[in-house]
Amino acid sequence: MKRRLEISELIFKIISYTLLTVFGLCCLYPFLYAISASVSNRHAVEYSEIILIPKGVQFDAFKEMFSSNEFWNAYSNTLFLTIYGTVWSLFVAILGGYALSKKRLLFRKFFNFFLVFTMWFSAGIVPQYLNYLATKEAFTALGIMDDKWLVVIAMGMAAMNIILLRNAFENVPGEIEEAAIVDGATELQVLTKVFIPMSKSTIATVALFFAISRWNGYFWARQMISNASEQPLQVFIRDKLEFYTDGENLATWTRNYAADSLIYALIVCSIVPILIIYPFIQKYFAKGTNAGGVKE
Amino acid sequence: MKNSAADYLILDKATGTYREDPEQQVRDDVEKHYWKNVGIAILKDWRLYLMLLPMLAVFLLWRYLPMYELLGSFKVDDLVKPVSEQWFKGFSNFKGLLLGTGTYAEYSVNFWRALRNTFLLSFYGLLFGFPMPILLALFFNEVRSNIVRSTLQVFTYLPKFMSTVIMTSLVVMLIKQGSSASSTPPGIVAQLLSNLGLISADVAQKGLLNNPTYFRAIYQISGIWETAGYDSIVFFAAIIAISPTSYEAAQIDGANKWAQMRYVVLPSILSTIVIMLITRIGSMLSIGYEKVLLLSEGRIDSYQTAEVISTFAWRIKTNQNGLASASEMMNNVVGMLLVIGANTIARKAANVSLY
Repeated sequence: MKRRLEISELIFKIISYTLLTVFGLCCLYPFLYAISASVSNRHAVEYSEIILIPKGVQFDAFKEMFSSNEFWNAYSNTLFLTIYGTVWSLFVAILGGYALSKKRLLFRKFFNFFLVFTMWFSAGIVPQYLNYLATKEAFTALGIMDDKWLVVIAMGMAAMNIILLRNAFENVPGEIEEAAIVDGATELQVLTKVFIPMSKSTIATVALFFAISRWNGYFWARQMISNASEQPLQVFIRDKLEFYTDGENLATWTRNYAADSLIYALIVCSIVPILIIYPFIQKYFAKGTNAGGVKE
Repeated sequence: MKNSAADYLILDKATGTYREDPEQQVRDDVEKHYWKNVGIAILKDWRLYLMLLPMLAVFLLWRYLPMYELLGSFKVDDLVKPVSEQWFKGFSNFKGLLLGTGTYAEYSVNFWRALRNTFLLSFYGLLFGFPMPILLALFFNEVRSNIVRSTLQVFTYLPKFMSTVIMTSLVVMLIKQGSSASSTPPGIVAQLLSNLGLISADVAQKGLLNNPTYFRAIYQISGIWETAGYDSIVFFAAIIAISPTSYEAAQIDGANKWAQMRYVVLPSILSTIVIMLITRIGSMLSIGYEKVLLLSEGRIDSYQTAEVISTFAWRIKTNQNGLASASEMMNNVVGMLLVIGANTIARKAANVSLY
C-alpha cells in the first residue's frame, strides 16, 4: 500500500516539475530571444542562426535608437501619459471610492449601479470613437487643444479599481473616523490622514494597475492624438513594426544589423521599466486579484 | 403623490370601525418635503458630493455618452454629422445585418462571419484556455521548494504585464513570413513548427498570420502564454487553503495521488472553478479588440477567421456608421445579458455575487 502511494506521488511530481519548467521557459523564451536578436549581427538575425545565445554581438541597433530624437520623444510622451494619467486616475478613483464607501451618502445604491453598469455594458469602440471626436471638439472650444491632456483625462478609468478602493475604505473601522471627527478633522483631513494611510496597500495596488495600463496603452492614444510627435512609445513600436515587416521598405535597408534587431531593441526598451519594477509589484498584484471585488 | 382615502383609515379590530391613521400624516409630510430634505442633506454634506463629482463626470462623459452615440444604430448617414442631425430609420440597420436584404447583403455576410468568429474564439478560449490555469495551480502546489516555485511563478506571470503591442509584436516577429527575394527563412517559431512537422515549410514561409487556418490557434496559444500563469493565482490560493489534515485523512484511508486529487483537491476548489467559469462565460462576447486588430490588421486574407464584431464595426465605421453601431449594439446587449445571467447563476449556485 505504502509503495503504491509513493509511486503515484512521484509520477505526479515529475510531471508537475517537467511541465512547469517547460511552460515557464516557453513563457520566458520570446523575451530572451528578443534580447539576443537585438544584439546579434545582421546575418545571424536574418538567417535565423540564433536560438538563444547572441551571435556576432553588435550594439548598433541600440545606439541608433538612442541617438534618434523620435524615440526619446515617444518615450517622454509615454512617461507624460503614465505619470499624469496615473495621478489623475488615482485622484478621481480615491475621491469617488471614498464617497461611495460612506453609508450616509444619499442615492448610494444608484451611484454604485452607475459605476457597475459600465462593467456590464460598454458602448463599443465605434461609438466610443465618435464620442471622443465629439468631446475633442468640445474641449477645443473650451481652449484645451492638447490631445495628450484629453487622453490623460478621458482614458484609463476602470470601475473595478474604484470598487477595490471602495471596499478597502469600507473596511476602515468607523471608530477611528469618529475619533478624528471629534478631534475636529474636516472631511478632507479624515480622508488624507485616516483613510488613505490605512488603505495604503490597496491604493498601491490600484496605482500600479493604473500605471501599467497607462504605460501599455495603445489603441486610444493612437486614435486620439493627431500629432505624430506626441504619440507614445507603444504606437511608435507598432509603426516601426509595420514599416519594417513590409518587404518593400526592407529592400532599401543597408545597415550592418538587421531591421528586426531594431524592432527587438525597441521591444526590449519598452519592457525594461516593467521588468525593473516587476519584482516589487508582483506580490501586490496577487493580493489585489484575490480581493477581486467579490462581495458576499 | 396622491393618497386614496383608504390609506388614512385603519380597521380597529376591537370595535370593528375604521379610524384615521395618525402615522399617515407624518408619512405624508416626509413625502411632501422629500426633495427639500434631500437638498438640505446634500448641502450639509457638500464636500462628500463634491468628491463624487469628478468620477461622475468622467463616467458620464466617456462611458455613458458613447451609449448615446449607439443610438446611431437606428439611423443611417455618414460619420460627419452628429447623431442628433441624422435621420431616424428605425430598425433597418438591424434587419439589414441579420437578414441581408438588398444593399446590405455583403455586410450581412461579414457580420455573420464576425459573429461566428467572436463566438468561436471565446468558445475555444473556454475549452483550451480555461483549464490551463487550473492545471498550473495543481502543478505549482506540487513544488515544495519556495524558491523554485516563486521563480516559476515569476516567469509565468510576466507576460500578463506586457502591453498588447509588445505581445503581438513578438508573435508577429516569431512567426513572420520568410522572404523569397532575399531567401531569408521565416521566424524562429515558425521554423520550429515546420521542423517538428506541425506545419509545412511552404506555409511557414508564407507567414502563419496571413493564413486564416491558423489564426484561431495563434490567438489561443498566445492567449495562454499571456494569461494562464497570472490566472492560476486564484486557483493556487484556493488549493493552498486546503487543510493538510484533509490529505492526511485521505492518505490513511489509502488514497493515492489521483484519488487525493479526485476526492480532496477537486471538491475544495470546485466553487472557485465554478465562479471563474461563470465569469468567463459572462464575458464571452467581449473579445479584446486590441489584440485581434494588432494581429490581423491589414492581413485581409486572415479576416475569414480573424474578424470579430468589434473589428468588423471598426473597419466599416467610415462608410457605414449606422451598421457599425448596430452590430456593436447587438453584440453588447447579448454580452450584457450573458453577464447578468452568469452573475445570477453564480449567486444562486455558489451564493457569491460577482458585482
